[in-house]
Amino acid sequence: MKVSTEQLRSYILKDIAVISGENVVECYQCGKCTAACPVSKAMDILPHQVVRFLQLGMLDEVMESNTIWICASCFTCAGRCPRDVDVANIMEALRVILLRKRGVSRLKTEDVRLVFSEGMPEQGVVSAFRKFAR
Amino acid sequence: MRRIGVFVCWCGTNIAGTVDIEAVVEAAKKMPGVVYTGEYKYMCSEIGQSMIRDTIKKEQLDRLVIASCSPRMHEATFRRTAAAAGLNPYLVEIANIREHCSWVHKEKEKATTKAIALIRAAVAKAAYNRELVAGEIPVEQRALVIGAGIAGIQAALDIADAGFEVDLVERTPSIGGRMAQLDKTFPTLDCSACILTPKMVDVASHPHINLYTYSEVEKVEGYVGNFDVTIRKKARSIDMSRCTGCGVCLEKCPIKVDSEFNEGLIKRKAIYIPFPQAVPNVPVIDRTSCRWFKKGKCAVCKKVCPADAVDYEQADELLEKKYGGIVLTTGFDTLKLDEFGEFGYGKHPDIITSLEFERLINASGPTGGKLVRLSNQEIPQNIVFIHCVGSRDKARGKPYCSKICCMYTAKHAILLKEKYPHSQTYIFYIDVRTGGKEFEEFHRRAVEEYGAVYFRGIVGKVFPEGDKLLVQGVDSLSSRTIEIEADMVVLAAAMQARDDAAEVARMLGIGVDTHHFFVEAHPKLRPVETHSAGIYLAGACQGPKDIPETVAQAGAAAAKAIVLLSKKTLIADPCVSEVNEEICTGCLACIQVCPYKAITEKTLDQKVHGRVVQRLLAQVNEALCQGCGSCTAACRPGAINLKSFSNDQILAEVDAVCL
Amino acid sequence: MSVAPKQQSFEPLIVAFCCNWCSYAAGDLIGTSRMSYPANVRIIRVPCSSRVSPNFVLRAFQRGADGVLVAGCHPGDCHYVSGNYHARRRLLVLKRILEFTGMEPERFEVHWISASEGNKFAEVMRDITENITALGPNRKLRDIR
Repeated sequence: MKVSTEQLRSYILKDIAVISGENVVECYQCGKCTAACPVSKAMDILPHQVVRFLQLGMLDEVMESNTIWICASCFTCAGRCPRDVDVANIMEALRVILLRKRGVSRLKTEDVRLVFSEGMPEQGVVSAFRKFAR
Repeated sequence: MRRIGVFVCWCGTNIAGTVDIEAVVEAAKKMPGVVYTGEYKYMCSEIGQSMIRDTIKKEQLDRLVIASCSPRMHEATFRRTAAAAGLNPYLVEIANIREHCSWVHKEKEKATTKAIALIRAAVAKAAYNRELVAGEIPVEQRALVIGAGIAGIQAALDIADAGFEVDLVERTPSIGGRMAQLDKTFPTLDCSACILTPKMVDVASHPHINLYTYSEVEKVEGYVGNFDVTIRKKARSIDMSRCTGCGVCLEKCPIKVDSEFNEGLIKRKAIYIPFPQAVPNVPVIDRTSCRWFKKGKCAVCKKVCPADAVDYEQADELLEKKYGGIVLTTGFDTLKLDEFGEFGYGKHPDIITSLEFERLINASGPTGGKLVRLSNQEIPQNIVFIHCVGSRDKARGKPYCSKICCMYTAKHAILLKEKYPHSQTYIFYIDVRTGGKEFEEFHRRAVEEYGAVYFRGIVGKVFPEGDKLLVQGVDSLSSRTIEIEADMVVLAAAMQARDDAAEVARMLGIGVDTHHFFVEAHPKLRPVETHSAGIYLAGACQGPKDIPETVAQAGAAAAKAIVLLSKKTLIADPCVSEVNEEICTGCLACIQVCPYKAITEKTLDQKVHGRVVQRLLAQVNEALCQGCGSCTAACRPGAINLKSFSNDQILAEVDAVCL
Repeated sequence: MSVAPKQQSFEPLIVAFCCNWCSYAAGDLIGTSRMSYPANVRIIRVPCSSRVSPNFVLRAFQRGADGVLVAGCHPGDCHYVSGNYHARRRLLVLKRILEFTGMEPERFEVHWISASEGNKFAEVMRDITENITALGPNRKLRDIR
């Protein structure tokens, strides 16, 4: 993987920073977010790796992953982070950036009923709706 | 016949709980030479001690055996008790029936038998104890500091400020050491020269400090309080009293060689001052490169010198001086990188070491502080730093952590970004270690405010591609290989001991570890002392360390030296080796095994059948001897003996425990 | 006709020479931490393992010791810089000589025990006592009594 100055200074990284309000370079990769995450088992890359790829400007790795869609926005990661980096906000920002792109919707309207399946906590319902295309 | 008194301590129930005190006392009564036995609950208490004192007088005891806790605990206490009653303290023996008996054995019968055996051994040994008198050694009230980097400068200033005379010896032409080469210091970014040079000037002008630059310590003999040292003042070829430091000679000299101070990045002349702020600010002629000394021609410097200070005839001068204590502050070197071909050091001008980077970014450095690629004199944009080059590498480098590289690399990243805001630094690390006041904050600042990108991983290969350097590494956090097109690669080479550290240690009679760093007497409790009394350590010659630690250690070493010098005389431990001259054969096997160089040879004129013959003998310097007894086991005729652990004493103990 | 001592009641006598700075201190430590080891071991304090002359070891066997142990600081950690290196060489030669005379090698051992290794001290004492109990009384080099 080539690392270059251009890649590190990409405008998308700046967008992520603006939308999420988080600075990824604050992270020192202790991995506590991943250790605390209740749904990390289903993710293909782990929450701390998402931050790591963003630090290195490796956007494709992040955007192709299922992680940002698996994220339940429970904010456990944010609560546990010793560096005060809100990983859930970063996930949200990544989703927003993808959803704003036309034609890349991830969820279909037919799937909406799945969201209302039994036992789904209210917060889960809210966060699931965040993941729908407009 | 001896009059030995045995006192058995109960130590509350600590001893009495598992050892049958009554049986022990009964058994002790029958031991040879024992005329009195006593017991008490706490022998070390004031009542117990006064009981001992009274009994010594009443029973006219000439030896004491105290059966109690470990001698490492209360031997000194009971020796003082004996002394208070007028008995020589070295006539006391301790039988350790607590730590080595009652506390470790549960069965009363076995513990009692063992306690009796231990007391029997102590009684047998005590019978051979002799009165020993601690001698006094005079102390020469002058200190020697070897090496004038920041450690040596600080130690010399502290000792001199306490009012003692200090001789500061430095091998190179100027004092200042490594710190003088640095640009800024972490984590405060103080300019190194700004905080160091005032101290250098203080040293030069201090009334109690004699400065010997361009000089080396050649021989160290003697012992604590009385070191005899030979210092070689190398011929500077300049009359220091005449030279005004005008510098005309430096301009006119036609010979150019690599500047050691600038890590070979530029040339200096054959007659040179290592750097502009040098103390003393007097040039020196490097005779190995000077044309006059090689070919007998030239003499330009002599012709141009307005003060007539150049003196080609000057010879090395040997000074013999006496010192009470020595502070060793010889500093460090950086690892040679020949073994690390993958980083390409030496194969491309833009692959440099951190110390070279330090010179390049230094305002008084070869480029006037402009950081340029040495290949094309352009300002680099992408700079890759690599940590742990040879550190934490047991295969080809050093297994230890060099301790300062994490911090100075973060410093380099900050300095670089401040000077060249468009540049980008990439740093490959294994772990970032920032133990120190304000260190972690400093490192985080480099990352968060100055945009240094850290990769957890190390570089596998650096090779030129076009006019760039291609760096192949890994980021093990994301498990991705990393490729960077860099303009400059900076290697944080490991710190290592000076090449001649082992020789210096041998000369001084101190130890080195496997990496040739000098060994302290105790890693925690005696960190600035060595095993040789009167020799102290400070700075990176003892192990990698940064400037604040070095200065703190130098102050500590100076304090230790001041404690020594403030005494007119020293009390010597009398438990040292002695030679029985009548049976010494002069084989001198003892000299080989003595770690303190305490044994020397001497000759004795002796009349044999009316003729005077010279006999070779060993003699022990009681001030140097630390009482290990290695010589006694090496001695073939058994002529050398250790006082208070003599052959007779130990054999008596062996016999007694085997009964 | 020989009179073999009863194996069950055999309690070996072991003489241990311990250096003041490491092994003796480890012995103190094991006491302070109230662990135990067999009472068969009798400890003699010496300043350094290099003080132990082969003479002392031979004398111990002569006077009836069934096993002898010398314990010092770990190589490189000697309080007297290099004493234990000399001890190591010297005592290795002695061990070979003792083997040559037909003595079982387990009867004479050299161990390095630092001041912090109380557990190791106890372990070594237990092992040597166990080994020598299994071997039975020593008959080599003994005084005729």
